[in-house]
Amino acid sequence: MDFQVVILAGGFSSNLVPLVSKEVPKALLPVANRPVLSYVLDLLESNNLKDLIVVVEGEDAALKVGGWISSACVDRLHVEVAAVAENVGTAGALRAIAHHLTAKDILIVSGDIVSDIPPGAVAATHRRHDAAVTVMLCAQPVSGPSESGGSGGKDKTKKPACDDIIGLDSLKQFLLYIAKGAEIKKDTRVKKSILCAAGKMEIRSDLMDSHIYAFKRSVLQEVLDQKPAFRSLKEDVLPYLVRTQLRSEIFSDQNNVEENGNGNGKNNMQNNEVVLSQILSNASLPSFHQVYESGLDSRKTHKCCVYIADESKYFVRLNSIQAFMDVNRDVIGDANHLSGYSFSAHHNIVHPSAELGSKTTVGPHCMLGEGSQVGDKCSVKRSVIGRHCRIGSNVKIVNSVVMDHATIGDGCSIQGSVICSNAQLQERVTLRDCQVEAGYVVCAGSEHKGEIFARK
Amino acid sequence: MAARTKRAAKSSEDSEEEQSRRQRLQAILLADNFTTKLLPLTLERPNVFLPLVNVPMIDYTLAWLESAGIEEVFVFCSMQVIDYLNNSGWYNSHKDFTVKTIESPHKSTSAGDALRYIYEQQIETSQIQGDFVLVSGGIVSNMPLTQLIQEHRHRKKKDDKAIMTMVIKQSLVTDHQFFIGVNPLTKQLLYYDEDKICLDTSLMDRNPSVLLCSDMQDCYIDICSLEVLSLFVDNFDYQHLRCDFVEGVLADDIMGYKIFTHEISSCYAARIENFRSYDMVSKDIIQRRTFPYVPDMKFSGNRLLKLGRQGSYRASDAIQSPSVHVGDSSVIGHATTIGSGAKILNSVIGNRCSIGSNVVIQGSYIWNNVTVEDGCEIRNAVVCDGVKVSAGAIVEAGVVLSFKVVVGRDFVVPAYSKVSLLQQPTEEDSDEEHLLSGVDLQMESKLGPDGAGYIWQVCDEDCKHSVAPIPKDKLAEIIDDDDTEDESVVTPSGDANSINNDVNDLYDFEIEVDGTFLRAVEENIVADLAVLEINTLRLSYNMESAHCAGAIFYSMMKLAADTPHSSAIDLYKNAASIITRWKGLLGFYVKQSDEQIEVISRLEEMCQESAQELGPLFAHIIRFMYEEENDILQEVAILRWADEKAGADESDKVYLKQCEPFITWLKETSDDEDD
Repeated sequence: MDFQVVILAGGFSSNLVPLVSKEVPKALLPVANRPVLSYVLDLLESNNLKDLIVVVEGEDAALKVGGWISSACVDRLHVEVAAVAENVGTAGALRAIAHHLTAKDILIVSGDIVSDIPPGAVAATHRRHDAAVTVMLCAQPVSGPSESGGSGGKDKTKKPACDDIIGLDSLKQFLLYIAKGAEIKKDTRVKKSILCAAGKMEIRSDLMDSHIYAFKRSVLQEVLDQKPAFRSLKEDVLPYLVRTQLRSEIFSDQNNVEENGNGNGKNNMQNNEVVLSQILSNASLPSFHQVYESGLDSRKTHKCCVYIADESKYFVRLNSIQAFMDVNRDVIGDANHLSGYSFSAHHNIVHPSAELGSKTTVGPHCMLGEGSQVGDKCSVKRSVIGRHCRIGSNVKIVNSVVMDHATIGDGCSIQGSVICSNAQLQERVTLRDCQVEAGYVVCAGSEHKGEIFARK
Repeated sequence: MAARTKRAAKSSEDSEEEQSRRQRLQAILLADNFTTKLLPLTLERPNVFLPLVNVPMIDYTLAWLESAGIEEVFVFCSMQVIDYLNNSGWYNSHKDFTVKTIESPHKSTSAGDALRYIYEQQIETSQIQGDFVLVSGGIVSNMPLTQLIQEHRHRKKKDDKAIMTMVIKQSLVTDHQFFIGVNPLTKQLLYYDEDKICLDTSLMDRNPSVLLCSDMQDCYIDICSLEVLSLFVDNFDYQHLRCDFVEGVLADDIMGYKIFTHEISSCYAARIENFRSYDMVSKDIIQRRTFPYVPDMKFSGNRLLKLGRQGSYRASDAIQSPSVHVGDSSVIGHATTIGSGAKILNSVIGNRCSIGSNVVIQGSYIWNNVTVEDGCEIRNAVVCDGVKVSAGAIVEAGVVLSFKVVVGRDFVVPAYSKVSLLQQPTEEDSDEEHLLSGVDLQMESKLGPDGAGYIWQVCDEDCKHSVAPIPKDKLAEIIDDDDTEDESVVTPSGDANSINNDVNDLYDFEIEVDGTFLRAVEENIVADLAVLEINTLRLSYNMESAHCAGAIFYSMMKLAADTPHSSAIDLYKNAASIITRWKGLLGFYVKQSDEQIEVISRLEEMCQESAQELGPLFAHIIRFMYEEENDILQEVAILRWADEKAGADESDKVYLKQCEPFITWLKETSDDEDD
């Protein structure tokens, strides 16, 4: 497949403080004891997309990510790691690595997704329509996925009612309108010419942009060159392409011109009249773009297509602490096919080398990493515990994530919290909806609710 | 046996339906579409009489309503139409179909007025028993209605707020473009607009999916519940069925009324609102899409035509010489003679016409009793009754020749022009549609030496809506229409601009207040109501009450000055009576002395503007407003005004001087009181 895949792995994401740090860039956050990036790589590999560029913000982070990749999958995939400056935005990152891009089409995948939607399908749709850009859409979770997670911290679950407003044509092939972020606050204004050309447009607020895009390389590079102010792929580049799809300003797109030229060139002269009347009659043909284009000289179009993922597919972006909790819960729960682990008879995953004390119970949908030790009379429910953790006696862990090498003293009670690697909880600490930074020490006997423990 | 059990099972659930079924199916036909798009023809003849393939439009509508299962039709129309209906067979010859007429009062200029009038009648007679079909004039259709009415009733029973079902149809050509948004599952109408697409955020919150359509045609066939009538009465400013009513209902969250749509696909429905749709519907009739309402079927008082080869119709008594070429899809009416060598292509020719030899008629509509002399050329035109086109004349594309116009010899009627024996009405006459702009009465011109008629001014809209195809350059314009509009238009903000806006706002505000005040005077509204209206204006323009006071006072004085008067005393009396009448209104806004000063300076300004009229009365009016029974101005305000003015230029002090005696008197009395 002549597709080059760019994984935008980001760097240090402020949404995820204190889980991420200098030592742990976002891409390496553990989801069920595997870096989140590994899920993306697996997904791509399973679709036979093996030529990858991982773009990481910041040199240090890039080194860390590179180190992990070379240790984990150098033999299976051809991966290049590129470091870009921090805070350049997604468009900026692509601009910086533009010289690496050589293939005809580029598949851009966000590095923080945990999903089983096949990116290959997006690529195929892209090719079939000869589109300038193809966007993968997926169903928006009906309500924030937090309810089964119990007390997931209500202050953090500020999931807006709708993230994206998306306009599709009647066959759900073309993307006619997209609004997101700040634009949603305003009323939805649709361009008349696009609606008239398409005849019908379905405006949906129950779909979500999944941050998997296929771009025609020439188009992408042209836009990035022409519009140096564009920072974000999602908020600048994509809406721009959608908006201008009927009067394209991307001139270097020669392939497109040739193809359309071949398709319509001969008929153009004779059928001019017909085409004109078709335009007037709002011909909603499968490809109104071509009709539109051939109708008037000097008009160029490009197509913006969509691929709508099946509703049954799993999709989460790890972009908030809430999402982190959700992903961890789901991957060892309902969506365990993503992690590749298999459940034991008790519906949990306990590494053989883990040691459990007497009268300790590990409930279903739990994970206990390699070499971890759990003391007597403990109870672990719906939680992920990393490798080589030391957990004392009489400890209760519910709906939480404990990362590698954490130490938890006797009599602690942890609910809905994240304990990062090397952190230490002394005896009888009670935490509820808290996040503890890596290496932090929580004093004995303290009780906390909804707090963030970090060294600053 | 099987049939019987079925019936038994059904009978119980039917009993309820039976009741609603027994309700007569009623329709209201607004036999006037209240637009100016068909001018100049509608000046001389109501639009429902305009012949469509040689049969008046109203016959199509009535015949359809009859066959669609409607039992009673109320035709809202002018006297002329009533006369016609009296003479036609519609009144008596049909036993299951009653036609009743409601004579339109002269003041009704819109669908809203018509429906309000019908509602008034309804209170007295309660003729309309329940849900009814609201149909606008000029509709040609063959869709069945009973099923749809049942559907509407069911929905209404389930959801009390579902008051209307709109019929829409996918159309290949939408000449009257509008945008609708529909819930794809329930078919509820969520959005309706004629020129832009701007969905409200809350709309998107409530509906996960909205289907926007631009390729729909509004058939103007609505199934309405009685609430629709009362809504028109409640909202007395609703005029147009769509722009006002539908958009109003959709925007109104409080009442929560809902409108649903019904898309028809297999049957025909179209409305004639301009020449373009006239052309389209005519072609559809000839091509039998409107079956059974076609020229060779008897559906009203029409005389039958014979369907010939290639889809052309010809009356049996038409006389044509053998060398005449009649092309596809043409219609030749009764007792029409056509001279040798003529070519008739894609055209409709009415009854008793005489077409000379070597005439070319293409894509045109020639009505009755038309004379076309030898060698004429008529392309894509509408030619009305009694027109004479003299030899050698050429009628270009898109032309409309109204009744009895005479085109002179060898004259060329320019493309897209409209010709009538009547002069083009001035703008005031057509407030419903903004069709005629910049009318210049000097534009009249004769149609050649022996012609008769005025050529009306052409505007851009005409080209879009004419019978002829749209010229290519216009087409590009239509398509390009909005592309420049929304390239992230940055609204310029700046101090200069905002000041400018303020001044403009003030000016607009005063005009509005003036209008409101004059209307209040005209309709003799109670002062409290007028206060209410002006308060609304004040809020919407964000004005202070001093501005209101100034604006109202200005309007009052202007009214006084405009009222005929012979002498200064008369003028004073006028002003006094107006002030007395409306002191409640003015008094509401002049409670503070600042506002009173505003009124005084306003009067001063006016006096300066018309020095000889109002000037001498300044002191009297001030005094009058001060007097006890009026109590509009208080002495504090007058004295403050005098103080402020004391330092002004000499030229500014004219009126201060005029008041001097009054002011000294005021001062004295106040001093007295102080003592």
